[in-house]
Amino acid sequence: MACSAHGVAVVMRAASQMLEEHRVELSTLDREIGDGDHGENMNRGFGALVAALERDAPDSPGGVLKLVATTLISKVGGAAGPLYGTAFLRAATAVKDASELDAGLVAKALRAALDGVIARGKAERGDKTMVDALLPAVQAAEEAAERGEDVPVLLRVAADAAAEGADSTVLVLARKGRASYLGERSIGHMDPGARSTALLLRTFADVASGAR
Amino acid sequence: MKKIINDPSTVVEESLRGMASAHPDLIRVQLDPAVVVRADAPVSRKVAVISGGGAGHEPMHGGFVGKGMLDAACPGHVFTSPTPDQVQAALAMTDGGVGALLIVKNYTGDVLNFETAAELAEADDIEVRTVVIDDDVAVTDSLYTAGRRGVGGTLLLEKVVGAAAERGVDLDGCEALARKVIGQVRSMGLALASGIVPHAGVPGFTLADDEIELGIGIHGEPGRRRVPLGTADEMVKSLLDPILEDLPFAEGDRVLLFTNSMGGTPLIELYLAHGIAERLLAERGIVVERRLVGPFVTSLEMQGMSLTLLRLDDELVDLWDAPVHTAALRWGV
Repeated sequence: MACSAHGVAVVMRAASQMLEEHRVELSTLDREIGDGDHGENMNRGFGALVAALERDAPDSPGGVLKLVATTLISKVGGAAGPLYGTAFLRAATAVKDASELDAGLVAKALRAALDGVIARGKAERGDKTMVDALLPAVQAAEEAAERGEDVPVLLRVAADAAAEGADSTVLVLARKGRASYLGERSIGHMDPGARSTALLLRTFADVASGAR
Repeated sequence: MKKIINDPSTVVEESLRGMASAHPDLIRVQLDPAVVVRADAPVSRKVAVISGGGAGHEPMHGGFVGKGMLDAACPGHVFTSPTPDQVQAALAMTDGGVGALLIVKNYTGDVLNFETAAELAEADDIEVRTVVIDDDVAVTDSLYTAGRRGVGGTLLLEKVVGAAAERGVDLDGCEALARKVIGQVRSMGLALASGIVPHAGVPGFTLADDEIELGIGIHGEPGRRRVPLGTADEMVKSLLDPILEDLPFAEGDRVLLFTNSMGGTPLIELYLAHGIAERLLAERGIVVERRLVGPFVTSLEMQGMSLTLLRLDDELVDLWDAPVHTAALRWGV
């Protein structure tokens, strides 16, 4: 199974719905160690994305990913806007003008997204950021692509790895972003960016496998 | 939560509309993307001084837009940095042909969004320089942190650099001056109670009656440490000591002392605290030459205060005293 422009758009609409459902949860996580707006900002960004897709849906997967990037950059704000924006922009660039995304391209897009996030945010694994969810997800996706798995399986293993990665942030001391200002008091709370990354990958996987 | 609002999602927009109607002589307000610019912008052959950050810190930054201070402010959503297209719009609306200086507070979101905007501006042929202010001594600088936050010192920086730009100092000069101010300004704050972000509807953190948060930032985030409530003397000392040790400030230094309310602390307590700070500084032989007291860099209705100390020289005193005509700061006009 491969993923068309329409498929990517469907995934993004599902992501928007998911973020609406998890808006309060993400903001609550953020309030514990940050300033409490992550759910609000992500929900606003993906809401604007759905409206943009209504107006003019691009006809290539890369085109949709680029629209995601520009919408998030101009609507989300905070650190999440530029970080997720960069991630989707790099993913768009990685898939170029392919008309469909196969497992290899999805893995490539995820790797490019991770590299973009690391370049913008200058965070490493273990800093208690979205990198802690995205990095293991990318590794799992690349291994799945190696094994010749299809897109739904690739996204499922990536989502599993991301969830585990997000869980791992609970016990870690934050060294980047606003949570780092709390020092040791950041321990015991899940990083909201890692959580939103895990939720997005879970949604992508659920849509790809027909579960959502 | 009790607030004078219609809908949490339109708070910033409605507030900006009201601000525009309150100060038609000083500012113009654009809503999409949101930018506050001085009424006479763009000023030809003048370096544009632009800042921005989340809403919820009023009067910062929109209240500092006008003659002698900022050319534009980009307000984000509550406690959320502005987006690059807001900064781009501000640059376009204030371009006097000799470049722009972006004043950014050191918060990850602000830095990332302004960085992206500066990259985009290069394509528009506007020369842009960025300075990042990080005056908060509560956050220890180390390899592992994102660095100190930018807090109360931002106002002093904007006033001084704004005055220089108004006098015709070029972009290099404005940038150098900004770096000089950032090098010698330090702040620290404390909270007695958290503010409430409108769309959250609940306090960012809760404190017992006998606790305070020491070393807070300005986004409703908890502080560095939770400590027992002390007397006013003890609380002021707990802010002043780390500031004095950090630079360090020494006997004989001339300073500007800025005593700031976080929004929910009334002037009766703020003046009381200011008096204590002046006394403690006098005991150390530090000369307070200029002062500013009031709610200027706030965190919604957070109860609490911050102290900011800027080491002065003749140049900075002269620029501080220069005329300023904005909604929140006004003298010499």
